Amino acid sequence: MSFLEVNDLKVHFPVRGGFFNTIQDYVYAVDGVSFKIDEGKTYGLIGESGSGKTTIGKAIVGLEKPTAGEILYYGQLVNKKRLRKKLGYNKEVQMIFQDVLSSLDPRKRIRDIIAEPIRNHEKLTKEEEMKRILTLLDIVGMPSDALFKYPHEFSGGQRQRIGVARAVALNPKLIVADEPVSALDLSVQAQILNFLKKIQKDFNLSYIFISHDLGVVKHMCDYIYIMHRGRFVEAGTREDIYNNPQHIYTKRLIAAIPEVDAENREEARIKRIKVEQEYSEKESIFYDENGKVFDLVPISDTHYVAIKNKEDLGYVENSIA
Amino acid sequence: MENEKILEIKDLHTGFRFEDKYFDAVDGVSFSLYKNELLAIVGESGCGKSTIANSIVGLHDKNHTRVSGEIIYDDENVVNYSEEQFNKIRGKDIGFIFQDPLASLNPLHRVGEQIKEALIYHTDLTKEQRHERMLYLLGRVGIVNPERTARQFPHELSGGMRQRVLIAMALSCKPNIVIADEPTTALDVTIQAQILDLLSELQNEIHAGIILITHDLGVVAQMADRVAVMYAGQFVEVAEAKELFRNPLHPYTRSLLHSIPQSDAVGAELNVIQGMVPSLKNLSRDGCRFAPRIPWIPDSEHEKNPILHQISRDHFVRCTCWENFHFENEGGC
Amino acid sequence: MWKTVLRRVLLMIPQLFILSIIVFALGQAMPGDPFTGLITPQTKPEAIEALREKAGLNNPIPVQYKDWMVRILRDGNFGQSYTYKMPVSTLVGNRVANTLWLSLLTVILIYLIAIPLGINAGRYQDSAFDKGVVIYNFISYAIPSFILGLIFLLVFGYKLHWFPTGGSVDLGFKKGTFDYAMNKLYHMILPAITGAVLGTTGTIQYLRNEVIDAKTQDYVKTARSKGVPTDKVYSHHIFRNSFLPIAAFLGFTITGLLSGSVFIETIFSYPGMGELFISSINSRDYAVMNTLVLLYGFLTLLGSLLSDIIMTIVDPRIRIE
Ligand SMILES: Nc1ncnc2c1ncn2[C@@H]1O[C@H](COP(=O)(O)OP(=O)(O)O)[C@@H](O)[C@H]1O
Ligand SMILES: Nc1ncnc2c1ncn2[C@@H]1O[C@H](COP(=O)(O)OP(=O)(O)O)[C@@H](O)[C@H]1O
Ligand SMILES: [Mg+2]
Ligand SMILES: [Mg+2]
Repeated sequence: MSFLEVNDLKVHFPVRGGFFNTIQDYVYAVDGVSFKIDEGKTYGLIGESGSGKTTIGKAIVGLEKPTAGEILYYGQLVNKKRLRKKLGYNKEVQMIFQDVLSSLDPRKRIRDIIAEPIRNHEKLTKEEEMKRILTLLDIVGMPSDALFKYPHEFSGGQRQRIGVARAVALNPKLIVADEPVSALDLSVQAQILNFLKKIQKDFNLSYIFISHDLGVVKHMCDYIYIMHRGRFVEAGTREDIYNNPQHIYTKRLIAAIPEVDAENREEARIKRIKVEQEYSEKESIFYDENGKVFDLVPISDTHYVAIKNKEDLGYVENSIA
Repeated sequence: MENEKILEIKDLHTGFRFEDKYFDAVDGVSFSLYKNELLAIVGESGCGKSTIANSIVGLHDKNHTRVSGEIIYDDENVVNYSEEQFNKIRGKDIGFIFQDPLASLNPLHRVGEQIKEALIYHTDLTKEQRHERMLYLLGRVGIVNPERTARQFPHELSGGMRQRVLIAMALSCKPNIVIADEPTTALDVTIQAQILDLLSELQNEIHAGIILITHDLGVVAQMADRVAVMYAGQFVEVAEAKELFRNPLHPYTRSLLHSIPQSDAVGAELNVIQGMVPSLKNLSRDGCRFAPRIPWIPDSEHEKNPILHQISRDHFVRCTCWENFHFENEGGC
Repeated sequence: MWKTVLRRVLLMIPQLFILSIIVFALGQAMPGDPFTGLITPQTKPEAIEALREKAGLNNPIPVQYKDWMVRILRDGNFGQSYTYKMPVSTLVGNRVANTLWLSLLTVILIYLIAIPLGINAGRYQDSAFDKGVVIYNFISYAIPSFILGLIFLLVFGYKLHWFPTGGSVDLGFKKGTFDYAMNKLYHMILPAITGAVLGTTGTIQYLRNEVIDAKTQDYVKTARSKGVPTDKVYSHHIFRNSFLPIAAFLGFTITGLLSGSVFIETIFSYPGMGELFISSINSRDYAVMNTLVLLYGFLTLLGSLLSDIIMTIVDPRIRIE
């Protein structure tokens, strides 16, 4: 059952200029996206940098004010601070930031960093609070002597876990994880990913998992949204996206992943060139004359593609075959 | 001429000074680079990859760095070259491409001027000829409007364009050797693919030997002729690329490959390498350096003083622990 | 860019307007009025009252303000100095010129000293030269400005008789002649050196740090990797970037000197704005005081505008359109 619903969300940032420093134009960072979040599921959000992923995440947790559209939590609007407070929404929806270090106050000890959300939302005695923090550290696999250290004393992977500990402190329903492993080495990345999966099972969490690494998204996500220019170009299950990509942007993204496969690199290169060519030839089918992405249309129960005429898909398919 | 050796490194040690003591970040590395070859050096961050790259052309701050061993280029050992001597080969014979294209360009100079700079010091071209060559180079790296781009400042370009500019700069004097230190780490995958393809294409044109430093095994698999896997200042495995991925031997190589989310085991638990790369001061220099991260493997499997063993014609592995290695959850065999 | 400059200049109008209200209000809040000083036991209260009435001091406050502004804007009439018995505009005009020349000389001296010291200290970090500069910096930082001024005055003025001990020009020189200008310069040297020694501290420190910082930047590594000779690496890449913050600060440095001149001018009895300001406070010469505060405010705004303009010229990343 879906507990969070986003309808036609738009976040536009004004660009100021001119003689009176008036609004000249807008950055259409997020320009009309809709989706639903079910319990215990992981949703991937992929796209190149600047496509609007972080902005969607921030709008969901209430850090960015939507220009238009609605965010519904159990059917109730949560676009105002007052409404979020009434529903305890801020407790239930947390975010893990890409750049953890800058999201952790360098002058605070880990103990206070993790306690902060608890103190904001719950009244606990000192002992209860300490017990909770120790449990959290244990969950994220950090020793208890971390309590009195400062953020800079930890490695990237450890900081990421602190970010996770803080995010799960209030036992939320949904965590927006913004590129949580992008800056980490492979083995540390594996650790964090395993861990996110484990606590998902334990707490029946949902994730919105933001990344530009398609391998990681494939590993983590049940359902995937591909973003480009502030809109979704394609949405579908893991199988829909990886085995049957339809939008040229998705195809291009997938073709660009360097697979750990040294034997077939020549084939991969040829495929890449072909897709690149298709991308420039078929642009008008997938983007309108202003370069805007069309609305999503269903091509199966789970699979959606942003295209003007569904009939064109067949044409595209045939032309590459 | 395929197998012409253009660079040979023997027992390279590069140490950084902390207070009065030097700690080696590169600890006995030897390898050769051949014409037209792409050698990838791969490993987690902090293993010493960039330190190798910087040592080759003396880019370190000499006041707190100590480099020893042999770096033989053009029949000369350049290890103890002075800054002036290095300046004669840097940019001319050896081109460099760095990770962060924005930080690597001077924010106050126009892009065109920065590309022409190497030409001033390494060629006899006149001012007009340098300008012509600069425009040619920009066009060659796939910039659509070279004249316009030449007049722009770095911040006015996209990440991909900036990296193209850096490549144009590194290749401006047709170097024999190109060292690319994580050239695509800061870029989106689609841009990464374009930049890597460009690099291969240009290599075919100038026949340079390329040292590609990366932590991305996918990039290695797509690009490398030969691979050196590096851990804690040493090469632990060196092999032809196809051989390495077909038949990875060293526990570190296998562990890395095992931690990548694989398409055939979607959603399964990923392998985690226990512990982390030790810092220079905490690194124990006796015995197998990877041993602390595979504690279930008994000491008897490791060598006292691990050396690189030749397994087949083009495949080398350090230590003996690979022979009976198994992952922790696999049980002994 | 000129559009922005014009906009900024227009923006200064409301800023100055607010400043004028504050200045006026302060003048009102001060005890006494210009005539208080004229009162002697013999003065008849009616005579004072008549004077007050004539000067409009009995009008409602907004009307007084309006009258004041109208006189300033329409006639350039800033009032009459009661102590100097001359129009404030004439009085201040002379003084401003003196201070501007002194500040200009000080700025030139600051840069003549600070640039070579700062740059070479940074380039040859930890050398004997660098250590010497650090010590110089420490000393000039630790000495309070009036002590240094007094020492210079005593040693070079009274003991050695190298420089005059007060005034801005000796009697008997004809305005506009070369000798007149040289004599003025001669009077400025000692105060300017004092100001410069004090002013160099921050600048040297800043430059030195900037150079040390720039040395480790990636673009410097790129330049070296291209084989650019060391001297050129410094002159083309490091120095120019290190100058940025200094250049950006030039406007503020100048306004800082203008207002910092208060001490130095007083010590050297140099007839500039600062000295006038102090004496006008002492004698409650409100017309002069208010004018000077307005002028300082105006110069500060001008300084920040100047800084912004310089910045856009030297740093291509900053574009004001
Ligand atoms: N606070 C802001 N003000 C103006 N523009 C912004 C702001 N935040 C983001 N943007 C712009 O919105 C677009 C989307 O940004 P973002 O959501 O961060 O993308 P992503 O996370 O996919 O890289 C970008 O063009 C970015 O420059
Ligand atoms: N200039 C330096 N001074 C001191 N230590 C350094 C310096 N550069 C690198 N190191 C250390 O040397 C080791 C290897 O670093 P590096 O070569 O940058 O690794 P990699 O490029 O593989 O990530 C690390 O432990 C790093 O902290
Ligand atoms: Mg983002
Ligand atoms: Mg590195």
